[in-house]
Amino acid sequence: MKPKLALYWASSCGGCEIAVVDTELKILDIAGFFDIVFWPCLMDFKYKDVEAMEDGEITLCLFNGAIRTSENEYMAKLLRAKSKVLVAFGSCASEGCIPALANFYDKQSILDFVYKDSQSLEENSRGVYPETKTHMPEGEIEIPELWNTVRTLDQVVDVDYYVPGCPPQSFQIVKVVEAVIDILKNGKPLPPKGTILGAGDKTCCDECPRERKEKKIKKFYRPQEIIPDPNECLLDQGLMCMGPATRSGCDALCVKANIGCRGCYGPPVNVMDQGTKMVSALSSVIDSTDQKEVREIIKTIADPLGTFYRFSMGASLMRRVQPKKVEKE
Amino acid sequence: MEQEEKEFNPKIVAFLCNWCTYTGADLAGVSRLKSSPCVRIIRVMCSGRVDPSFVIKAFKQGADGVFIGGCHIGDCHYSEGNYKTLRRVEFMKIFLEEFGIDPRRLRLEWISASEGDKYAATTLDFEKQIRELGPIQLVEV
Repeated sequence: MKPKLALYWASSCGGCEIAVVDTELKILDIAGFFDIVFWPCLMDFKYKDVEAMEDGEITLCLFNGAIRTSENEYMAKLLRAKSKVLVAFGSCASEGCIPALANFYDKQSILDFVYKDSQSLEENSRGVYPETKTHMPEGEIEIPELWNTVRTLDQVVDVDYYVPGCPPQSFQIVKVVEAVIDILKNGKPLPPKGTILGAGDKTCCDECPRERKEKKIKKFYRPQEIIPDPNECLLDQGLMCMGPATRSGCDALCVKANIGCRGCYGPPVNVMDQGTKMVSALSSVIDSTDQKEVREIIKTIADPLGTFYRFSMGASLMRRVQPKKVEKE
Repeated sequence: MEQEEKEFNPKIVAFLCNWCTYTGADLAGVSRLKSSPCVRIIRVMCSGRVDPSFVIKAFKQGADGVFIGGCHIGDCHYSEGNYKTLRRVEFMKIFLEEFGIDPRRLRLEWISASEGDKYAATTLDFEKQIRELGPIQLVEV
């Protein structure tokens, strides 16, 4: 009996599915070793097929995507019950990733913008909001409820392992799958619960080939403002690079392509909040001891909160922006 | 509502640097100066040790105000630690504002070991400010 594998996408972009398929010929090994029993992106299994399974019947479930709708939550709980090992696969499930940027707003303001205020709305549908239940002559149609706060997978169910990255790099996925096959074939022990797989235990800077000197930053530049030197550290040149506050594992892809690291592999080891860690790192290298000058230098960073928490808002300490308070009289 | 305001006793977490502000606070105590009873002191070796995440963690765990006390600029016991504190607090003011926490709840002061009176006066002033701002009341996610 082949071990059973499931892959599911909650609030996600599909990039993780592509990353798995990008393992190219390895996908044949995966399909050969495992019995893939659920993979909405590529296979025609239905939710009721999962509901009909025994608890723990799925050996391994790679769950990507953040939890922002009632459907996402339902499937997270269902797949947790039916799976022996549940992996938060990719940045969305591990830290919230791009969907968690919705936590800078709230459900009502998002719905208002999309269905009422957006300039690109058809005039006759402006102000028409979706309903979770709609009565039609044929019966009642239901769509999932949108939650106010986007959550990570482990904020909803118990997670066994994490594979970070947006998406996890294919060569890392190959390593993880090979390790899993090794464990299942040869009866090796599982790694400790909560282990982060498919990534390193240093920062992106460790994998970066650029030359790093002592940093003295007087100004930050947007990527289009300067042409970076290909050999010098991007942060040295004043270009934003999340390398110092990002876990290694991707082989510094982005910096090798002349653009600053975005932070998609999440916070480094033992760091609970990626955004404040970046604040800490940058505060060490901003070259000024005068409060006013420091303030001006910080102003040259476009959207620091969004930039430093671009991938990790869901798993950050604050997790969301506080709702606007009504001013006391 | 009114009863809650009567009972509101601000919780202020203070990260004080060992060499200057903490010693200044000690001097205030020994000199029997009145300083705020709302302050809960955490001694750090340098104000530069205060990771920005400590500030957020303090607010999340119920602090109504966070106070960071360090050596005067140019006098850091470790030469440059307080420059980093200065920069971190500038960032954190922006972050707190965007997160929806009033940035006045975070205060940075340079207080030396001999400024016991400044420590006492600053804590009392900060307590007054926090009382005006009210309890933090973070919305639980």
